[in-house]
Amino acid sequence: MSILVNKNTRVLTQGITGATGQIHTRACKEYGTQMVGGVVPGKGGTDFEGIPIFDTVEQARKATGANATVIYVPPPFAADAILEAVAAGIELVICITEGVPVLDMVKVSRYMRGSKSRLIGPNCPGVITPGECKIGIMPGYIHKPGDIGVVSRSGTLTYEAVYQLTQLGIGQSSCVGIGGDPIVGSGHIDILKLFNEDPGTRAVIMIGEIGGTAEEESAQYIKENFKKPVVAFIAGQTAPKGRRMGHAGAIISGGRGTAADKIAALKAAGIAVAMSPAELGVTMKSLLDGKAA
Amino acid sequence: MNIHEFQAKQVLARFGAPVPKGHPASTPEEAAKAFELLSQPKAVVKAQIHAGGRGKAGGVKLISSAAEARDFAAKLLGKPLVTHQTGPQGRVVRRVYVEQASEVARELYLGMVVDRKAQSVAVIASTEGGMEIEEVAAKTPDRILTEPIDPVIGLGGFQARKIAFALGLRDKQVGQFGALLGALYKAFLETDASLIEINPLVVTRDGSVICLDAKMSFDDNGLFRHADIRELRDPNEEDPAETEASKFDLSYVHLDGNIGCMVNGAGLAMATMDIVKYYGAEPANFLDVGGGASSQKVAAAFRILLSDDRVKAVLINIFGGIMLCDVLAQGVVDAAREVKLSVPLVVRMEGTNVAKGKQILKDSGIKVIAASDMADAARRVVEAIGRRAQA
Repeated sequence: MSILVNKNTRVLTQGITGATGQIHTRACKEYGTQMVGGVVPGKGGTDFEGIPIFDTVEQARKATGANATVIYVPPPFAADAILEAVAAGIELVICITEGVPVLDMVKVSRYMRGSKSRLIGPNCPGVITPGECKIGIMPGYIHKPGDIGVVSRSGTLTYEAVYQLTQLGIGQSSCVGIGGDPIVGSGHIDILKLFNEDPGTRAVIMIGEIGGTAEEESAQYIKENFKKPVVAFIAGQTAPKGRRMGHAGAIISGGRGTAADKIAALKAAGIAVAMSPAELGVTMKSLLDGKAA
Repeated sequence: MNIHEFQAKQVLARFGAPVPKGHPASTPEEAAKAFELLSQPKAVVKAQIHAGGRGKAGGVKLISSAAEARDFAAKLLGKPLVTHQTGPQGRVVRRVYVEQASEVARELYLGMVVDRKAQSVAVIASTEGGMEIEEVAAKTPDRILTEPIDPVIGLGGFQARKIAFALGLRDKQVGQFGALLGALYKAFLETDASLIEINPLVVTRDGSVICLDAKMSFDDNGLFRHADIRELRDPNEEDPAETEASKFDLSYVHLDGNIGCMVNGAGLAMATMDIVKYYGAEPANFLDVGGGASSQKVAAAFRILLSDDRVKAVLINIFGGIMLCDVLAQGVVDAAREVKLSVPLVVRMEGTNVAKGKQILKDSGIKVIAASDMADAARRVVEAIGRRAQA
């Protein structure tokens, strides 16, 4: 079992003819994902390596029965691409694009209130259910089918966690990069809720970073509602205050959002916190072994 | 991106927010002239640097003649001003702002930010003006009012009134405040701001509400649509290495340690800094080369990293997704040859095209300490500086 995506997921690529869109559509298709269509305004009727291209998401959905879309369009047009996908009734919208203005996301978030679509990202690596469906830019080969869920604000740090698990022979149910921006479509808690209900997920690795208070809120949620073991890591223990660390959302401002606060909140909720990023895999392993014993 | 107080006031005035009249000056003579231009009995001379706490640090003075303006400007200009936000080295004052003096009856706090939780712009207001809002939040959180603004409806008149009454404003001040808040919100939206802070917002003796100080920051991701705001960037306020990095679309933050780090992805870059520290050393920087970096970009990153002469060893940690390991390796090899690398280089590489990348490094003849994983990389780089320190 898995969350969000599986072998039946039918995926569109918005921005399929751009350099990034091409590389990753090809890689996802090779992984086995059902890449059923592309959307590029003005290029409807053509195709990308046999994948039909449409002018609008609505046309693409009607013609292909797609229920997910991945967005690689440049930042000035990314919010509009998300809105188009939501308006067309696509269930799962994954926006990879980095650099979307935050005020654009304020509008997107308001537009999506009450909608049936779920947004992952922007500024995220995407979602993968190993062995079934990969949507996004993560390297497929490091994953292994299994029963550990991974949710993270970071892209490459997620790969690190997955790689460590796979090296230890521990597979993953689904891995979700929620994105590093201040406003994202789905937060840690949204994804944790799905893992909580997924019988195929036995335990979860949650990776957070400095900035905001999402990890503190997740800690509270886990303490009160989450039924499975959690291993956490918070990046940015050495980050200085008031400086943006790459991700638009990774900043300690007004004394809030420090790694120390987050780690304290997670520990207080009984969550196993890996203090070194190299110990994510082994921390999970010892937790699982402890449970099994 | 941050801008100076006088620039923020110019931007806000353009949107109709009430700010005192003033003129920037970069020489003592200009400061004297600015005082005369104001033709007021009194004025305030304020140091313009990107840091708060200027008043307490002696960077602000009430003056009543052109000669005084000249003298105080001469005292500030060209010298570093140390405030609690600048660090011990301070920041060099290159401009002062000469502004008409206001007779202050009350000091309030007014801020506007993007509220992550509400996923909208929010107004933050407090009766505790002139203090740092973080301090107010810690000591007297009940004196802070936060009001999110619906992006579709906009700022409601009722919301402006609610805040005005909470701030203790009365009679015509309530209407004045509503107009001021409306101007701030319009400025926020139309410039892609990430922060507007008016601290203090003051009620003058004659009962007007004005922005006595102003701070504005902008969303870097929104700058592409604001050429006028981009022009307000002051490179003097930025670390030269960081400015250089931004030209190559690299994300670099200078830190105080001696291990130079080059990583792809912000989360992994932070985690790499953390693990360096975990093994007992200090990172010299945060450097995220990003996703689809070319070998030229990687070479630029490598040069910037080594431009810091405190760097005693370099740790490269790459997990290739979009980033291809062979492209990275080529960039490192090119840059290492160009700069005649003289410090130990530890490379940990994993991900797309990793075998090709390792081959390029091996064939280059450059001395590379290969690491098998993140912990191994951190241990080796810490060991490398240890050995150098003893040598």
